[in-house]
Amino acid sequence: MSTKNELEYLLKSGKVSRRDFIGRAAALGVSATMASTLFAGSASAAPKKGGRLRLGIAGGSTTESIDTATLPGFMAQQLSFGQLRNCLVEIDANGKPVPELAESWSSSADAKSWTFKLRKGVEFHNGKTMTAEDVIHSINHHRGKDSKSAAKSLVAAIDELKADDKYTVTFNLKEGSADFPFVASDYHLGIVPVGTTGKDMEKGMGTGGYILESHEPGVRAFTKRNPNYWKEGRAHFDEIETIGIEDSTARTNALKTGQIDFMNRAESKTFHLLGRLAGIEAIKTTGTKHYTIPMHSDQAPYNNVDARLALKYAIDREAVVKTILRGHGLVGNDHPIAPSNQYFNTDLPVREYDPEKAKFHMKKAGLSDHKFRLHTSDAAFGGAVDTAVLYKEHAAKAGINIEVVQEPKDGYWDNVWMKKEWTFSFWSGRPTEDWMFTIGYAEGGAWNESFFSHERFNMLMKAGRAELDDTKRRAIYYEMQEICSNEGGSVIPMYASDLAGASSKLGHDKIAANWEGDGMKIAERWWFK
Amino acid sequence: MFSNFLKELKNAPFAAQLGVFIIIVYLIAAIFAPLIAPYAETEIIGDVWEEMSSKSWLGTDQIGRDLFTRLIYGARNTISIAFVTTILSFFIGICGGFMAAVIGGWIDQGMSRFVDIMMSIPILIFALMILSVLGTSTPVLIGVIAVLDSTRVYRLSRAVAMDVVVMDFVEAAKLRGENTWYLMSREVLPNTLAPLVAEFGLRFCFVFLFISSLSFLGLGIQPPTADWGSMVRENSGAITFGILTPLVPAAAIAILTIGVNLVVDWFLHKTAGIKDS
Amino acid sequence: MNSILKIVAQRLALGIFTLFVISLVIFLGVEALPGDLAEAVLGRSALPETVAAFRRELRLDLPMHIRYIEWLTAFVQGDLGNSLANGREISELIGVRLANTLFLALFAASIAVPVAVGLGILAALYRETWFDKSISMVTLSTISVPEFFIGYIMIAFLAVQTNIFPSISNITWEMPFFDRLYASALPAITLTFVVMAHMMRMTRAAIVNLLMSPYIEMATLKGLPRWRVILMHAFPNALSPIINVIIINLAFLVVGVVVVEVVFVYPGLGQLLVDSVSSRDLPVVQASCLIFAATYVLLNLTADILSIVTNPRMLHPK
Repeated sequence: MSTKNELEYLLKSGKVSRRDFIGRAAALGVSATMASTLFAGSASAAPKKGGRLRLGIAGGSTTESIDTATLPGFMAQQLSFGQLRNCLVEIDANGKPVPELAESWSSSADAKSWTFKLRKGVEFHNGKTMTAEDVIHSINHHRGKDSKSAAKSLVAAIDELKADDKYTVTFNLKEGSADFPFVASDYHLGIVPVGTTGKDMEKGMGTGGYILESHEPGVRAFTKRNPNYWKEGRAHFDEIETIGIEDSTARTNALKTGQIDFMNRAESKTFHLLGRLAGIEAIKTTGTKHYTIPMHSDQAPYNNVDARLALKYAIDREAVVKTILRGHGLVGNDHPIAPSNQYFNTDLPVREYDPEKAKFHMKKAGLSDHKFRLHTSDAAFGGAVDTAVLYKEHAAKAGINIEVVQEPKDGYWDNVWMKKEWTFSFWSGRPTEDWMFTIGYAEGGAWNESFFSHERFNMLMKAGRAELDDTKRRAIYYEMQEICSNEGGSVIPMYASDLAGASSKLGHDKIAANWEGDGMKIAERWWFK
Repeated sequence: MFSNFLKELKNAPFAAQLGVFIIIVYLIAAIFAPLIAPYAETEIIGDVWEEMSSKSWLGTDQIGRDLFTRLIYGARNTISIAFVTTILSFFIGICGGFMAAVIGGWIDQGMSRFVDIMMSIPILIFALMILSVLGTSTPVLIGVIAVLDSTRVYRLSRAVAMDVVVMDFVEAAKLRGENTWYLMSREVLPNTLAPLVAEFGLRFCFVFLFISSLSFLGLGIQPPTADWGSMVRENSGAITFGILTPLVPAAAIAILTIGVNLVVDWFLHKTAGIKDS
Repeated sequence: MNSILKIVAQRLALGIFTLFVISLVIFLGVEALPGDLAEAVLGRSALPETVAAFRRELRLDLPMHIRYIEWLTAFVQGDLGNSLANGREISELIGVRLANTLFLALFAASIAVPVAVGLGILAALYRETWFDKSISMVTLSTISVPEFFIGYIMIAFLAVQTNIFPSISNITWEMPFFDRLYASALPAITLTFVVMAHMMRMTRAAIVNLLMSPYIEMATLKGLPRWRVILMHAFPNALSPIINVIIINLAFLVVGVVVVEVVFVYPGLGQLLVDSVSSRDLPVVQASCLIFAATYVLLNLTADILSIVTNPRMLHPK
């Protein structure tokens, strides 16, 4: 199942040719015959309606909110984005933008102006018809001086937003952006009725396939099927119970004893055991999620490129993927673009573990006796502490001295990440190269966690954004990945797969990898067999 | 002194001898850890959760380190921290509790209200707040756990001392004009020793558990240092799949607790005997 | 009896003062923690200007003492306020969870207290026999194991292997009483193991301690059966430390069960408190801490009164 998803994803999104595909499949241990069947695509039975779906979800908190401006964790996100609301654009299982509340869209030649034609006759749960004013209100909810939205930086590119008529909305951007439809699919940009703010947001009004009955933050939520749902062949369950279960052992047990039908974030350590249980399907998807170890590359000793390179050579990526991810992931190459991204640089060789080279570069930097303090916490990602300990062992073989400092989980993102000189971090990744580089690596960016500043890199980024020619874009992004890998301030040892478990009573088509939980759309896309 | 102890031990019941034996084995493991352990404390020797084999006697842990080695080093870290913490918390708690009972009045009220305040704030939350501000180095950890734990000791020692201070012989000593320290150490302590020592045996193992709960919040002992509480926590997910690895450090804690308490029981028996004669 | 009433009144007044001090301590404590609600909720998405907007909206930009006084004024008028994180009414947020927490605590206590005291008396009665020793070993083993691990073992045997009980306690108040009992059986059993050993050992120790007293020897010499000596003569006089340890454990059952709540997904107050501390949601932290504190103060008062009642010497000080 797992490899199948991964391969199909690459294949259907046109990122690999058939020959490539067979080759990769062989590398992943899939036989050529099986690979060919996969290539033919898998047939799926017609979905059946009905039943009560119980989701056991990690990523809830008792202080969460389903205001589209906040949506702090997966539970709130999959409730708002996966059950209650729709966006203008949806990302399909192959990672392509497809129409959702927008019927179609078009852009000006410089990609600066985008026009979305809205679907007619879509009703909110309260019977109001969705029109341009709702869309403008929903997007403006994140904009403006008083916005406290987590998506503020996302909509910062929008210069002006206007309704051409009742069913047409035009976005004028500050500069060209070839990837804008991807932005419009972000889970924060769900469409709510005009005037919805503050407490009303918690009522969960939207155009989605399910209607909110009750929501106890972090504990559970009940939704019922929306009988007027506009999307055909979607939202098959009668009702859904979303249960917040933070402890991964508790989630696994609940799935084993049949108290829930689906769990997210299965532990990589026990994933292979999960797959062996009767009546349970172990699901693996590999998207753009990656784990990073960013350093303050603007400060000594990390401002020395040789020191950074030495640290990159001093980690045994294969061993980390094997031990921490138990093989459920891919080795990283010190840049944030994943194999599932469109312009992933396949020419760039993966950096091998090489204590000799590490020693050499560290000596060249004159820092052989330096003690590197590595700040870690499982708040960054499950296994970050163990990764740090492994890293310390690997680096010791190159004579590099790393001291592991465990930080409290509580407040990690406020007090440690980007504050301490060398930390752990995770990225769910972004569907496009420009988006990923812009938020995480552009000079002066709010989340430029490695404080990376590289003139040519920033110049290329600007050029790539407005470039519509495919070949030129590819060349630009290839070079940016190379710069990032060789000179960047982050050690990026691995891409992690999303691991989940589901009752085999559940049916589904190909599983999307853009977010965990079938792109957060289980409620909409899955059914009981 | 030592030969006296040996003589006593020889005549002691089997359970007490077993208790002493357990403690000695643990102490040897703790003191000579680098000599006994087959591998280095943080060395990775194989795959995750390997079965028991001649290579690693108890199998490997959640990132492939030798469990036996971790256990031996864990003895060193855990026992020293637990002993220091418990002794510190008993010192603070008993001093406070006895003073409150003997002096009474405003001192008692003041201290008891202060302890009420400390105790009525959930202990994990309290620890979370303090450790978030102070950081989680080992001395801070010992200090915080000792202070938080001493509130429990305070309450118990105050309660048992209250029963004693109303006795005639304490009244008599008070009338004699003995000072507070004399009353606490000569009159109250000997008559309250039994429940306090019994409590010590239990409190001692609570320290392991507390460290374990703290590592639940990411505030425990710094990795890759081995300690039993964190070892149970780190490996606990395996139990639902029938992998018995987490039972090993748990058993290590349990056996030591039993050993300490066997000795405590022996001691209780002997003090009761002294009173008897 | 008047002196007891006087003590109760005094202690209640002191209790209110204690709560006031705690509210101040908690307020300052949360303030001392690095970061605030705006940063915590926005997490990695925080931009300086969105954080500032958040603070303005929630009045977090006001000075500390003004916010405390505002909160206190509302609180003494019975208004717990709204959660800063999601704007919900705190009384609504906490009410159900408090009821859940008390339900679980009572459930666990109703098993643990009688069993622990009973076993403690039996162990004292059959002191130094194999029965005493094996009980002692078993209870020592159970308290040496972290509570979450006892929980996992319970789940592995009673839920996953044998399917007797559900592995998660997904309870609501619409469920019939016995369904609720059934659904919360595993956390209650786990908590029983956690608190039982402590109470049982203290019961035994307190009784054994008294067995050497002259009046017990007297009773024994009178030829009373051993169980009568222990039950009628030793036990009542050992009550004070036993009650104390029971109260401490009752308080633990209400206040300290966060980890068990997490393992069994039990919707109690502990999880809410931890979450609200980590998101710096001050009004929620205040309200839940004060509830815990009030529980503790009341239990404490009960313990003190009971030890006075059971020790006549303290009732009539010379």
